[in-house]
Amino acid sequence: MTLQSPTPMSSDGAALKPGFADPVFDAQAVFRAALVAIAYPGRAIPLDRTFAAPRPLSSATAALCLTLMDFETPAWLDRQTASGEASAWLRFHCGLPLIDDTSTARFAVGTDALNLPHLLEFHPGEIEYPDRSTTLVIQVKSFTDGPVTTWTGPGIKGSATIAIDGLPFWFWSDWDLNSELYPRGVDVIFTCGNALMGLPRTIKVEA
Amino acid sequence: MAYVAVKGGEQAILNTHKLISETRRGNPDLAELSLAQISEQFGLAVDRVMTEGSVYDRELAALALKQAQGDAIEAIFLLRAYRTTLPRVAVSEPIDTSKMAIRRRISATFKDIPGGQVLGPTYDYTHRLLDFALAAEGLERPQAELAAEPLDETVPRVIDLLNSEGLIEEEIDENDGEVFDLTREPTTFPARRDQRLQNLARGDEGFVLGLAYSTTRGYGGAHPFVGELRLGEVAVEIVPEELGFPITIADVTVTECQMINQFRGSADKPPQFTRGYGLTFGHNERKAMAMSLVDRAMRARELGEDVRYPAQDAEFVLSHTDNVEGNGFVTHFKLPHYVDFQAELQLVRQLRAEHEERRRKATGSEQAKEAAE
Amino acid sequence: MSPTAALVHKDDGYNFAYLDEQTKRMIRRSLLKALSIPGYQVPFGGREMPLAYGWGTGGIQVTASVIGPDDVLKVIDQGADDTTNAVSIRRFFQTVCDVAVTESTAEATVVQTRHRVPETPLKEGQVLVYQVPQPEPLKKIEPRETETRKMHAYAEYGAMQVTLYEDVAHFGRIAKTYDYPAVINGRHLMSPSPIPKFDNPKMEMNPAIQLFGAGREKRIYAVPPYTSVRSLDFDDHPFEVQTWKGSCALCGSTTSYLDEVITDDRGSRMFVCSDTDFCNTRQAEAAAAKAAVDKVSGEEA
Repeated sequence: MTLQSPTPMSSDGAALKPGFADPVFDAQAVFRAALVAIAYPGRAIPLDRTFAAPRPLSSATAALCLTLMDFETPAWLDRQTASGEASAWLRFHCGLPLIDDTSTARFAVGTDALNLPHLLEFHPGEIEYPDRSTTLVIQVKSFTDGPVTTWTGPGIKGSATIAIDGLPFWFWSDWDLNSELYPRGVDVIFTCGNALMGLPRTIKVEA
Repeated sequence: MAYVAVKGGEQAILNTHKLISETRRGNPDLAELSLAQISEQFGLAVDRVMTEGSVYDRELAALALKQAQGDAIEAIFLLRAYRTTLPRVAVSEPIDTSKMAIRRRISATFKDIPGGQVLGPTYDYTHRLLDFALAAEGLERPQAELAAEPLDETVPRVIDLLNSEGLIEEEIDENDGEVFDLTREPTTFPARRDQRLQNLARGDEGFVLGLAYSTTRGYGGAHPFVGELRLGEVAVEIVPEELGFPITIADVTVTECQMINQFRGSADKPPQFTRGYGLTFGHNERKAMAMSLVDRAMRARELGEDVRYPAQDAEFVLSHTDNVEGNGFVTHFKLPHYVDFQAELQLVRQLRAEHEERRRKATGSEQAKEAAE
Repeated sequence: MSPTAALVHKDDGYNFAYLDEQTKRMIRRSLLKALSIPGYQVPFGGREMPLAYGWGTGGIQVTASVIGPDDVLKVIDQGADDTTNAVSIRRFFQTVCDVAVTESTAEATVVQTRHRVPETPLKEGQVLVYQVPQPEPLKKIEPRETETRKMHAYAEYGAMQVTLYEDVAHFGRIAKTYDYPAVINGRHLMSPSPIPKFDNPKMEMNPAIQLFGAGREKRIYAVPPYTSVRSLDFDDHPFEVQTWKGSCALCGSTTSYLDEVITDDRGSRMFVCSDTDFCNTRQAEAAAAKAAVDKVSGEEA
């Protein structure tokens, strides 16, 4: 039985870009990178293969979405992502339910990081189920060219110096507020080009 | 002393596989069982395996029973493990048991009911005498006579007849159509009724039966009446997105039990009857009835009754019904635990030495005291 | 990617690593959340596996969701690669993944374990997957999940301290020898699985990724690398690990966890390393060193 239309088209009628060439091994490789990224926050973890991504997603963002999201994970897209071919692509390849409400999203994808909603608008999880919080996938310009920050916490031996470029000015003060919710709080995976960088809620950041 | 750690676990394991295969086959001079024979002649065993294995497939259930040498719990485990590998293609519409093609239908609450009592195939009125004639093969079977008139296509559920008077509580969809899926999500507490019923349907028949029994013996306030018990075939429908209307994909045999229970009423509710519900794949009245009793018992909290007995304690019941879980965990104690046992051994030796030391000191000081006197 | 691995997942009717992709995604999401909240038990939709509950289904599901065709897998039970259940699980992954396997802790990229942390220190990037029978450290104090969930939510762990203190009052010491509870990252009380308390200190600030799977109880949790793991204790009764008077009868190690082996029916016994790879490696090294010395002295003579 076919549950999806056989020829995937975006809203403007153009044929959609393909998903993973090998859904099993591509997803495994990208997940391993994500696992390492979350386990060792602050390290840029390159993917070992590149993917054809729909606008405005980068290769890493697209791969991460295909790897983690599906019909069970209501997701919020920022305006730039929702308006591109990415929206139809995500709906088709992930069966992703797209929602407008940030506060119930399991995932949030932001490609226009400067116009991101404040972090407290996303789902912080529940005190008895802190795992239900939103995971934000934020696509940034660079991991090295932005303002210097110092990260400490689980997964970091001593401290790490990170310079993410392309975040709104309030981001790190919002991150402090997020830390105060612990064990609740959102988690972030930054993407840049074809690399990932994890920022789980446990990480303290000095801007 | 020469000690060599034992090697060769892998070879030993491979040999157990060969041995179990030999044991399963038994005497090779005898004809091998076919899946069709199991499915046809051990039909009730197949029904149980399908129900608790959560897969409606007679052939697979028969294969599981053959592979498990007839051990129902092992067969259920095989089917569940296979189920893990199956993709979820669609979610069906709720089945409508009022449209069931009925083979058996009885009610203990009214002598005569619209649609009539249909006794159907049952052991209920047989005498449980070993039938030695069955031991001889090729027995000629008596044919049941056809009824003069066919049954109605739609046979109303007895319990719905009480609805009109408001004598029985109405069934309320508490989830806005969103149905929990126990096979995809972990149990959460407090568990809603959809979760509880799914758990009971997959639960071990013996355990659920024992719990149901306890509710009728003072460990729970059950005063049950079988409103209706029915067996037959129902259509399973799905609504494909591209069609937008339901199509029938299969007919399945189910047993349904609607149990009626007393309810004393509360400040906001007048006395009325309440429901307990049971449903199984295939023909299994024992399980359906037991399930409906335990379902009702677990509704104690929502109905404002005291929760005092095991069968009313949803967290206790739901955590222990599953025989795949229970079987695995109870039998895992035969796995090696020698690292932990070594840790305990060391502790007990130490505690015993300390105990001995204290005792020696105590008697020593007593002797010294005596000597001083 | 090994060409046979690709074949395995296409040809035998079962997906690579047994689980379907949707199940893997669900488990992978749980793993990421588990690492984000160290020591917190993430509920997950655990599936029935072709091995019995209680026999490592949680660990198997975690490994199946993590493992890829380039991984090298090691499976141990009681520290040994050759115990029946370790053999069985290793064979399972060889069948459903055609993955390379090893007995060497150093060579493995993924290690699935029951009841031990290997003696050989782990490295960054290695993944240690623990099989967990009972993930809830508070279970023996409070069987109800509705209650234990609140205790974790508000970090109310006084009852656990009281239980340990009752030991001190009764026995003069904390009488917990394995599955010794620890506080992770200063916040969540966690069961380290039934490893001997000897292994608890190895979890602390470990460079590897430690993942825990409880299949029957449907919980996943994690200790990220470089994370504090504090075993519960009291100022006047500090946490301490098991020690042995002697050394391993096979390799002479004085630092490893020793198993007692009964050698006859007259009470004779000996102690040997529970970690067979560690012990074998040391024996091989000693033999090689001795051979080298013999060779040198032979040449000198």
